[in-house]
Amino acid sequence: MKGGLPTSVFVERRSYRRRRLMDALRLLPILGVMLFMLPLFWPTTADEAVATVPMSRAVTYVFLVWAVLIVVALALWRALWLTGGPVGDDEAAQEDRL
Amino acid sequence: MTSVNQLVGVCLIYVAFLFAIAFYAERANARGRGSWIRSPWIYTLSLSIYCTAWTFYGAVGYAARSGMEFVTIYLGPSLIMLGWWWVLRKLVRIGRAQRATSIADLISARYGKSNLLAIVVTVMAVIGVTPYIALQLQSVTLSLGAFAGPGEADSLNQASVGFWVAFGLALFTVLFGTRTLNTHERHSGVVMAIAVEAVVKLVALIAVGVFVVWGIAGGVQPMLTRIDASPIGEWQMDRSRWAALTALSAAAFLCLPRMFQVLVVENDDERHLQIAAWAFPIYLLLMSLFVVPIAVVGLDLMPAGANPDLFVLTIPLSEGRAGLAGLSFLGGFSSATSMVIVATLALGTMMSNHVVMPVWLSARAEDAAQMSGDVRQVVLLARRASIMVILGLGYLYYRLSGGGAALAAIGLISFVGVAQFLPALIGGIFWRGASRWGALAGLVVGFVIWVYASLLPSFGPDGAMSARLLAEGPWGVGWLRPLALFGIEGLDPTVHAVVWSLTLNTALFILVSLLTFPTPIERLQGAQFVNVFDHSGAPGEWQAALATSEDLMIMTQRILGPDEAQALFHREAARQGRGGHLPEPNQAFLQALERELAGSVGAATAHAMIGQVAGGASVSVEELMAVADESAQILEYSNQLEAKSAELTRTARQLREANEKLTALSVQKDAFLSQISHELRTPMTSIRSFSEILRDTEGMGQVEKTKYASIIHGEAIRLTRLLDDLLDLSVLENGQVNLNVQEGRLEEVLEQAVVTASASGSGHLQIKRRRLNEAMPLVTDLDRLAQVFINLISNADKYCDGDPPELIISVDDGPAGLRVSFADNGTAIAPGARSLIFEKFARIDGTPGPGAGLGLAICREIMLRLGGDIALHTRAGGNEFVVSLPREAAMAAQ
Repeated sequence: MKGGLPTSVFVERRSYRRRRLMDALRLLPILGVMLFMLPLFWPTTADEAVATVPMSRAVTYVFLVWAVLIVVALALWRALWLTGGPVGDDEAAQEDRL
Repeated sequence: MTSVNQLVGVCLIYVAFLFAIAFYAERANARGRGSWIRSPWIYTLSLSIYCTAWTFYGAVGYAARSGMEFVTIYLGPSLIMLGWWWVLRKLVRIGRAQRATSIADLISARYGKSNLLAIVVTVMAVIGVTPYIALQLQSVTLSLGAFAGPGEADSLNQASVGFWVAFGLALFTVLFGTRTLNTHERHSGVVMAIAVEAVVKLVALIAVGVFVVWGIAGGVQPMLTRIDASPIGEWQMDRSRWAALTALSAAAFLCLPRMFQVLVVENDDERHLQIAAWAFPIYLLLMSLFVVPIAVVGLDLMPAGANPDLFVLTIPLSEGRAGLAGLSFLGGFSSATSMVIVATLALGTMMSNHVVMPVWLSARAEDAAQMSGDVRQVVLLARRASIMVILGLGYLYYRLSGGGAALAAIGLISFVGVAQFLPALIGGIFWRGASRWGALAGLVVGFVIWVYASLLPSFGPDGAMSARLLAEGPWGVGWLRPLALFGIEGLDPTVHAVVWSLTLNTALFILVSLLTFPTPIERLQGAQFVNVFDHSGAPGEWQAALATSEDLMIMTQRILGPDEAQALFHREAARQGRGGHLPEPNQAFLQALERELAGSVGAATAHAMIGQVAGGASVSVEELMAVADESAQILEYSNQLEAKSAELTRTARQLREANEKLTALSVQKDAFLSQISHELRTPMTSIRSFSEILRDTEGMGQVEKTKYASIIHGEAIRLTRLLDDLLDLSVLENGQVNLNVQEGRLEEVLEQAVVTASASGSGHLQIKRRRLNEAMPLVTDLDRLAQVFINLISNADKYCDGDPPELIISVDDGPAGLRVSFADNGTAIAPGARSLIFEKFARIDGTPGPGAGLGLAICREIMLRLGGDIALHTRAGGNEFVVSLPREAAMAAQ
């Protein structure tokens, strides 16, 4: 964006972005629960008809999801830090009321 | 082969190293150079006490038995940490704002600082965690046993190893956990030591994992192939367990006393949580990354009967890697010790703050906060004793359970036990309607179900419960079977216990909360907890005026120690803008002080102690009601006083009036005496002087003698009459008169009176009678009535100055009674004299005439005796005396 716009718009966009980052941060554990509960739908040795998931794939899946969640959390924390320091109390309180 | 003795030596050196680290960290912290100790990394590492020896050894065993299911124990906490924004952020803020010292303290503070709740939570935590401590002791003993060669196995006395481990841990915890009683209950030494141990156990497990993957399997791809080829190579899981254990581990992560200690109590900066939110999941991931490879390789290499729990040790040993095995042993040892240290510290704090101190305080209720000793020492002593007791219990449990397979399952069972705190905890921080009784009901029911459906059956058939009870339920009631409550069979025992205990716990918590009404402190605390981000107001209120700074200083010194107490008071005084070092004991100061003390002795105890100094001024409903009662009593008393005061005023006025009357009477009496002496003296003087003339004058003529004698006679008669009148009046006034009541007619009485009066009168007065109503029958003392009439007629005769003097006598038979009016046409009596004419000796000034002034007084007395009255009415052109007779006097005769 070029000059001419008042600074307040810039701040507005910044805090808007921050809020969406906070949203992502809040939704992350829900995504985590969904992904970690996905194995519930895998066929197991008890379900004879279907071929079972090999253990190596299961291990890879779980740890991959785990790692991705951690990386996203780290990235979100980093992004929040860069857009105005760590999540402060006031902001958290403000978010509470929103 | 490493001998057991070498290992013990290494352990001792390692422990000495830990002591040194802890000591150094405390020293550095005390000197203010400990900022690096308070870094987010140390905080993250300290959270690793979640990974106990159960993780270190047990996870591999778990994986060897049930495949990937072990990972749920780490997924739950990871999700909680990743979702820090939802629960942990609030929990940490509340914990810091309320200076919570333990989970029991937090729950008790939330529900109106109820110590009952704190005791229940403490007891539940001790029962839930003690087996877990026993498990750690067992792991150390077992791992030592793995190193013992065939010859050494017997020499290794398991009981004594367990004892010495417990003793060493108790020593460490007491030394570093109870060195100081500081205001925020943080233990930099302990935290530092467990951070080091966290690194050791992570490094050890990763080293074994790396050795297994690259040293034995030969890389990642061969490892994966090997995994698929192993007995656990196919995806096998109990779906209900997968979900339930993830949820359970998440709940336990929040509720375990030791986790609360490191997560909330030891938290130095809320921002550390944001870093730990992703850093701790990394730790957990790394801890569980190599579990499946180690289990697979162990199942492959080890003989069939080998204990899979010890694969972490036995694989390096069997491969001849003694150094790696030693490191692995240290890792396991670290896991066990760090958990035991923090768990006993947390439980010891809970026990001393919520059980020992309240008992001790109530035992010396009279002067508890201000007695001569040092409360600080007592608190520390209580805490040390509690730590000893808890470790002793753990050791006892370990000895009694015999270290069998029952212990292996205790990890999950323990989780289910502490997870019972979850509804009260989460409900308490998110729902303002959560009440004390709801929390208590939920906790107790959850706990009972846990004991019945999880803890007791865990000892196996005929362990704590008979096989028959397990199979058929108590008294043969099928739906009460411990492992199939309400008739739902086929559930995994852990899932069964989790579902029923937490469901009923939550249901009862909500139901009772909905039905009960919280106390004011509860509601206040509820608002503070739920809206912790909105306002950071003060929790309770103290009536500051009642406490003196000196008393508070004495009390604080005994808890915090003189230096810290003085520093605190100095700081508060400075903040209030006062010189010196005693702050004004106002609301703000007392609340700050309560929070500081709560950090040392717990919210409930701190509240009670300040309450003792500040006069127990926390406002409870009961107290408010008592105050209201008191006010009502005071009001009533005040009303009574007012009534009495009014009565007194009235009495005083009456007394004053009586006094005035008496004074007036006294004056009247004096006047009467002087009057009577004058009245008596005048005739007496005449009598004396004329009798002297008669006696002394020679040659007095007969005519003169007769004249003088007549004068004497006349005066004597006058005297007699006067005395008669006086006697008459006195008799009438004293009420001694005997009325001679008889029947007659008013007409006759008037006739007689007019005749009598005219006979002795001057003869000038014209008497006009209106005979219209005179024919009235009467029942009264007719003679006395006549006397009154005569008096009135002769008065008119004497004093009426009309020309010609005229007296009109009329009778009026009104509803109030009979009125006989004597109206003359003389000069009206002056208004000032009207009220006096019925008094004794009252004579109107300037009027001539011989009377003594007793006539009208006698008339009035007579009329009062007869039940009537006499009054003077002034009309234009004359006076009118009205004699009224009561109705009955006239009626009775009819």
